[in-house]
Amino acid sequence: MVGVTFSLYLSIAWISRVKTTKGFYVAGGGVSPLANGMATAADWMSAASFISMAGLISFMGYTGSIYLLGWTGGYVLLALMLAPYLRKFGKFTVPDFVGDRYYSNTARFIALICAIFVSFTYVAGQMRGVGIVFSRFLEVDVNTGVLIGMAIVFFYASLGGMKGITYTQVAQYSVLIIAYLVPAFAISTKITGTNIPQIGFGSTITDGVHAGQYLLTTLNQLNTDLGFAEYTKPFAEGGKSMLDVFCITMALMVGTAGLPHVIVRFYTVPNVRAARLSAGFALLFIAILYTTAPAIASFARYNMINSISEVEYRAAPTWFTSWEKTGLLAWVDKNHDGIINYQAGKAFIGTPDFTGETGSHGQLIVANTYADSDNELYIDRDIMVLANPEIANLPNWVISLVAAGGLAAALSTASGLLLVISSSISHDLYYRLINRNASEKQRLLVGRVMIGIAVCVAGYFGIHPPGFVAQVVAFAFGLAASSFFPVIVLGIFSKRTTKEGAICGMVSGIVFTMIYIINIKFFGGQPWCFGISAEGIGAVGMLINFMVTLVISRLTKPPPQSVQDMVDTIRYPRGASASINH
Amino acid sequence: MAVLLAIWAVVSYGCSILFVEQLNTIMIGGFPLGFWFAQQGSIYTFVILIFAYFFIMEKVDKDYDVND
Repeated sequence: MVGVTFSLYLSIAWISRVKTTKGFYVAGGGVSPLANGMATAADWMSAASFISMAGLISFMGYTGSIYLLGWTGGYVLLALMLAPYLRKFGKFTVPDFVGDRYYSNTARFIALICAIFVSFTYVAGQMRGVGIVFSRFLEVDVNTGVLIGMAIVFFYASLGGMKGITYTQVAQYSVLIIAYLVPAFAISTKITGTNIPQIGFGSTITDGVHAGQYLLTTLNQLNTDLGFAEYTKPFAEGGKSMLDVFCITMALMVGTAGLPHVIVRFYTVPNVRAARLSAGFALLFIAILYTTAPAIASFARYNMINSISEVEYRAAPTWFTSWEKTGLLAWVDKNHDGIINYQAGKAFIGTPDFTGETGSHGQLIVANTYADSDNELYIDRDIMVLANPEIANLPNWVISLVAAGGLAAALSTASGLLLVISSSISHDLYYRLINRNASEKQRLLVGRVMIGIAVCVAGYFGIHPPGFVAQVVAFAFGLAASSFFPVIVLGIFSKRTTKEGAICGMVSGIVFTMIYIINIKFFGGQPWCFGISAEGIGAVGMLINFMVTLVISRLTKPPPQSVQDMVDTIRYPRGASASINH
Repeated sequence: MAVLLAIWAVVSYGCSILFVEQLNTIMIGGFPLGFWFAQQGSIYTFVILIFAYFFIMEKVDKDYDVND
């Protein structure tokens, strides 16, 4: 199954190989809105969306909505305020816009650094996703898996550039969405008798002790019995406050609208009309997965509690022991009764550190110190989607389909990001700042070499995952929200915004966000700003950026007439197909 | 466009976050309403908003003859 999908991606790449920089960076600007919508969806939905998100919601309940809202709502901002205008402007990258609009290479350089940092953060996460899938399903070493993934991405990204990536992503979207929906339909039918998961998780359960009860009501009960907060209850004690949820959602939304690899996709369509339409298609395709995810989350939670809570370890289902071997799940028999006691609280400190011995019930022994709770189960949230079909006893081909889907999600996002890194360096740094006389051929070569280097760096992170991947994700969104979004919006809608304003705004937004996140994540500081957590502080950083940019712009001398005229033309859609031929 | 953005803000921040507790007291089928908005309803609204924007702008561009 995985082999079939891989050879499909490679053949697409060979058919759509390119010779020009325009083809390499923005697929020649000729992609149809429907295809671009699908490609954007695949680009956007990463290993995090496919593998981790439903798992997070499953454990977080209502609070998990921050990801659902944050990662879809941003598209409304993108479609209404950014995409059509940036398409009219018609360059290759985000730093390009910032540099030209603010008539300053300093601004271009700051934007460039942000773009590269955000993209690398993301790629590291994708490679971890590839590693997880390979280690569990293909029975190869994680490192070999990452190397195979790297080779494939390098091949089709360097050969076809944006064009190859776009059409491969269309195929990857199809693979990943089928892989996500098939098990969801099957599980929904099994638990509730309703085929559509979106309706199923608001329906009643068909068999078992809870037959006839609403699924969500049952989950609330099960959660309360085990000492967790009710599944649907917002702002529960020990969870996130309303303000925090508000800020995180806003930071994720604005961050989404400011992510360079998403914005660049809107340069690939022929005109402004197509940019608007493809944003609609993109969100539609994303919504198919994002509305299924919360359903999967609640089914998974119900199935998991039912199949392992208060079950004897020896009688535990096979998926339990096979995931135990990957180190993403562990059981410690605190009260020596041989039964899996799953409750609120941590089982032990840190991640499982197996000693290599097995205990009296056959479980793998861990060396970790026990935490102060009665909970005996450690379960990594990332395994919920992958283990879900096994937990629900679905046939084997569904399980390998899910593996292929997870890989498609990780590879499509990784390739999109690598291209952003490569085009940022070869176009913005090499061509615009270092060698303005570079020929088309030289620029293509630099682009391809940069993809090679970026793949190697990404692969290094895949094989030696930094322990701080989860922390840096907060960084990526915080930075995108506090740097790009305000300067792009003001650049389009306020002619009076000057380069001094934009530079000070970006710098103050980033510096504030960065200090706040570093203080919490790396030095264990308190979230002093009204208890807003590191994930949500980008929203505050964004406000600071807006204010600083507006104030300083009023104090400095207005931008030159040529720039003001340029802003005027951006607002009229006519002539966008010409503007890309620069 | 201001109207569309207002709907966006009301649904995502209003129904799903600020007033979720009040809305949760209403049950629609098996869903508490606020929970449904947060995990389903607002996403559907977002999709509709973008397509609405597309069709509105299509008309505006034609009326003012600035379409491509």
